[in-house]
Amino acid sequence: MKIGFYPGCSLTGASREYNESLLAIAKEAGIELCEITDWNCCGATAAHNLNKELSLSLPARNLALAELEEMDELVVPCAACFNRLIMTQHELDENKEIKIQIEEKLQMPLNNRIKILNVLQFIEQHIVSHLNTLIKKQLNFDVACYYGCLLVRPQKVMKSERFEDPMSMDVIMQKLGANPIDWPFKTECCGAGFSVSKPKIVGELSGKIVRDAVNRGAKAIVVACPMCHSNLDMRRPAIEAYLDMKVDIPVIYITQAIALALGLTPRQAGINRHFVPVNLPVNS
Amino acid sequence: MSKIGVFICHCGENISSTVDVVRVAEETGKLEGVEFSTDYKYMCSDPGQTIIKQTIKEKGLTGVVVAACSPRMHEPTFRKACQEAGLNPYMCEMSNLREHCSWVHDKSEATTQKAIDLVRTLVEKVKLNKPLYPIKVPVTKTALVLGGGIAGIQASLDIANAGHKVILVEKDPSIGGHMSQLSETFPTLDCSQCILTPRMVEVAQHPNITLWTYAELEKLEGFIGNFKATIRKKAKSIDENICNGCGHCTTKCPTKKIPSEFNTGLGTRTAIYVPFPQAVPNKPVIDKDNCTYYQKGKCKICEKLCPTGAIRFDQQDELVELEVGAVVIATGFNVMQPSGFPEYGYGKYKDVITGLQFERLASASGPTLGEIRRPSDGKIPEKIVFVACAGSRDPAKGIPYCSKICCMYTAKHAMLYQHKVHGGKSYIFYMDIRAAGKNYEEFVRRAIVDDEVNYIRGRVSKVYEENGKLIVKGVDTLLNAKPVEIEADMVVLASAAVANPGAEELAQKMHVSYDSYNFFSEAHPKLKPVETNTAGIFLAGACQAPKDIPETVSQASGAASKVIILFSQNELSREPVVAVVNRSAPPVYSTCVGCFMCASACPYQAIGEELITDRKGNVIKRVAKVNPGLCQGCGTCVAFCRSKSIDIDGYSNEQMYSEVMALLNND
Repeated sequence: MKIGFYPGCSLTGASREYNESLLAIAKEAGIELCEITDWNCCGATAAHNLNKELSLSLPARNLALAELEEMDELVVPCAACFNRLIMTQHELDENKEIKIQIEEKLQMPLNNRIKILNVLQFIEQHIVSHLNTLIKKQLNFDVACYYGCLLVRPQKVMKSERFEDPMSMDVIMQKLGANPIDWPFKTECCGAGFSVSKPKIVGELSGKIVRDAVNRGAKAIVVACPMCHSNLDMRRPAIEAYLDMKVDIPVIYITQAIALALGLTPRQAGINRHFVPVNLPVNS
Repeated sequence: MSKIGVFICHCGENISSTVDVVRVAEETGKLEGVEFSTDYKYMCSDPGQTIIKQTIKEKGLTGVVVAACSPRMHEPTFRKACQEAGLNPYMCEMSNLREHCSWVHDKSEATTQKAIDLVRTLVEKVKLNKPLYPIKVPVTKTALVLGGGIAGIQASLDIANAGHKVILVEKDPSIGGHMSQLSETFPTLDCSQCILTPRMVEVAQHPNITLWTYAELEKLEGFIGNFKATIRKKAKSIDENICNGCGHCTTKCPTKKIPSEFNTGLGTRTAIYVPFPQAVPNKPVIDKDNCTYYQKGKCKICEKLCPTGAIRFDQQDELVELEVGAVVIATGFNVMQPSGFPEYGYGKYKDVITGLQFERLASASGPTLGEIRRPSDGKIPEKIVFVACAGSRDPAKGIPYCSKICCMYTAKHAMLYQHKVHGGKSYIFYMDIRAAGKNYEEFVRRAIVDDEVNYIRGRVSKVYEENGKLIVKGVDTLLNAKPVEIEADMVVLASAAVANPGAEELAQKMHVSYDSYNFFSEAHPKLKPVETNTAGIFLAGACQAPKDIPETVSQASGAASKVIILFSQNELSREPVVAVVNRSAPPVYSTCVGCFMCASACPYQAIGEELITDRKGNVIKRVAKVNPGLCQGCGTCVAFCRSKSIDIDGYSNEQMYSEVMALLNND
């Protein structure tokens, strides 16, 4: 089976460590992730707010390219990219007319059967079975698993039963020895794109999330989305301004947590790239 | 020579909007044997029926085909019209142009052609119809009522007061149902127990009512007027005739921590128990699954304590067969456990409870004797949040329908809270306030205006605990559409009303239909609200759909009056669509060879044997004979018969073939 990989813009820029840690753990598990040749922008937030056809064509081109390269599955680590790709697949499945239009536009056929995985699904399906033999270190401390908005939604496409209180990341973290706290803020809004236009709002929304995680004793917040990460980590000054106190809880990607458990160096896990320093008690 | 009349109905626009009815009348008028054909807007109306009657008389019709809706709907109507015009009613057939054609196809030439074909088959069938005469069957004037909640109680009392025998079967140890668990009732705030318990006693003491609690329907066979029911009387492990209900046995039972069903888990009971002090009958049962003796083989403390020696550990379930003429299903509803909504924290936080649990807290007979105290620490909540539509009207995760009772009982809950906790603050998150009912809107207004309950229009997204408080996050969609956060001490979820767990199985046992939510289906949503599509089986209360007490009681009385109407006749007419074994002149007498394959195939045990004798009484031939009182006309025997000696009146092989041939000979 050929597993494709769509990094999206964040993983080549602000969230390089997400990219590095994902590729590192895949390598450890002996899985080859084949990056789509000549991939393009997923359209992100801008396209689907402005131009429906464009918002479908951009992801559709990536899907068509993946099919040309005969990929069976496609791993999309960025939650926003994942949402755009899976929504496009869903919409083109539901509406044959639009699908024909898009195919004409792209001048590429699309059979639309590729299985798109977000990072949690990828880990569940391909990494978890290797964990027992690969784990070298235990992450035995309390963690807050933060899913954000896009990993489990929309419900009608994701068919998730617990979209207000998801558990998949909690289960993965437990396997690494960590203790996920019972946490009501798992899917609260972090402020998302306001990070650019109104960082103060991000300070407030992300501030509440960070504060509650700290109050409930979490030693780290675990995420699976570049946007969530940058709001909780890079916008820490805005958060601290809102909370009027210093908060040093680190924010790590689920892939970094696995990398640490597999005994990779902090540098291999990309932990040195964060704004909030990461000093976690990882035991052998 | 046949003279058949064809009458095409427009059904308003139901048929005529997709089928060219004028052409159907024209084309079918040309068929051989058709004397007359016409179309009309409403064939079932008085003028429509008059057209049929007059034509029968004027043209001397020998058969009639009405092409309209389903025969389930109007076959009796048109057959009666034919009878009034002097034609045997079984010479009238209905072609279903609505359900089988116009409703399921778009307007097109093919649709009209299909309509013509459907009528043509029945014209061919009617040519072979012969006059039939209804079969008379006796009526057993005893009713079986399933379920002893307020619906079953009301139906039983009404039927019994009309002078008929009733057998009331309840699966729990006591009658009373959900109503006995309620505190006060809307919109009058009169105490539920005070209005219900006298009726429970009346049921127990009524000379015409036989009450079987801790019993369930095992099997139901037969037909209207002549059902045979098998009831399983579960072993109570008590001899009820000896037990005097002193309750001594319950005092020393070592298993004390069983969550009480009556108190919705907010209290406990023992293994030998009476569900609540006002139970009817007020005699205990032993819960075998939790009894130390049944589980471990040792204990019998209750047996030692019992002053009358009424404990019977060796008692077995008993199966009783009954003959009844009618059945009323009044098995009630259930409250959905909101565990499918982890964001509300039910099951995680002790102080998040359901509406039914709040009833027990507010009830004078409840675990707190009517004081509103939180289940976690017994403190009186200073702030309480009610969440309406917890599961209802939520197609994504819950159920799409409205549970109907929650708006009213939530208003009542908030009102009771305000009356009992002075200075307390109550909030209700709601989508809409549905207070359609006599004095209902006024009741809700009272909650808002007089009792200062805070109504917030919006949904709750999350409930979580922080520093000993339940944080309720929601939105106020009115005014500024702002997010709202309330630090509450207790949260009450108005969880959806759903069908009882065994409802689907029960419906299948009784051959009544049920909807996709397992509520039992009425025969017609407007005109037959208490009947099921099985004659002689009626519905009362929330087993049909969620409903409140006044509506339940009305429907129960409606069902009872249907039973009483049925019992007002000494015999019933049954459709003569039954199997018959052919007879012919000597020396053959019948082509039946007496193999009795039919008898072994018959699901209703309706086939016996007949001995054909000569004048001297010598047996010449042994043939099968159908008991028309038992035969349901299913036709299984016809398929089994090797010598084609058995046929169904009104649906003979010849008639079926003629219909098929009419379709095949389409030119």
